[in-house]
Amino acid sequence: MSTVKTLEDLKKIREEALEKKKAKATSGAIQVTVGMGTCGIAAGARDAMKAILDVIEADNLSGVIVTQTGCIGLCEKEPIVQVTIGEAPMVTYGKVTPDVAVRIMKEHVLKNQIVTGNQIHLA
Amino acid sequence: MRELALHILDIAENSVNASSSMVRISIHENTVTDRLSFSITDNGKGMDEELVRQVVDPFYTSRTTRRVGLGLPLLKAAAEICNGGLTIISSVNKGARVSCWFQHSHVDRMPLGDMVSTMTMLLIGYPDIHWIYRYEFNDRLFEFDDEYFKKELGDIALSEPTIISFLRSHLEEGMHGVREPLPLSLP
Repeated sequence: MSTVKTLEDLKKIREEALEKKKAKATSGAIQVTVGMGTCGIAAGARDAMKAILDVIEADNLSGVIVTQTGCIGLCEKEPIVQVTIGEAPMVTYGKVTPDVAVRIMKEHVLKNQIVTGNQIHLA
Repeated sequence: MRELALHILDIAENSVNASSSMVRISIHENTVTDRLSFSITDNGKGMDEELVRQVVDPFYTSRTTRRVGLGLPLLKAAAEICNGGLTIISSVNKGARVSCWFQHSHVDRMPLGDMVSTMTMLLIGYPDIHWIYRYEFNDRLFEFDDEYFKKELGDIALSEPTIISFLRSHLEEGMHGVREPLPLSLP
């Protein structure tokens, strides 16, 4: 069993995080936003966000900001995930299952290739 | 929603949308009194009496301007089936408290579900809110107040991989620790 991580470990964790941040010169801020309204949660938004955090943790991806937002009025397309990389326009994805969320992370966030099959074009 | 943890996430999102700066989530599993209860308390903009009635009864309405979700009425119905209930105490500008309880052993009671994910998402997704999480199992308590934690981290984003790992294992082991008492004799 792994060692219990107590709040006393925080300083060490902070230093680790700072080092990783320094090591990685990001080419612009990466923001991933998950819709967490009632509609999103009922459609599986928590599982999508969990999959996103799993990729960040497993691949040790530093510099990705993950946030949440409420219902954006596209309930039938939930779960919804939006990705903004640097100055590029925001890309919106619908019907984001955990598998799609992993693809968004591996293809869009890591390689800058939009996952076209789940992209929603907002009017 | 088939987990209480998803309903708790949904109610906490309401707190966020009500401009709260502090949200406390308390869960108590008591196998002696056979009761599972939880509450979500915030210091947000609160609700007047009419809106409180409206959010628990989707068919009660005297105005059409405000749209409310079905999250709370469905949870209330699920609790009542399990000899429990749901109440909301709130007034304008005084925050709100949603309390819900179930008969712990009731065959139809939803499982508590993945509270580690629910809390991790809230902590990471809304870093500007002061979160307090309390999980009690019988008389054993695990508490996580993120104020000290965020102060120590300074300007490090909570979605950094090391922080995600820390949060997940801290919550996981904290809850596990109160839920499963240590064996009487340790090797």
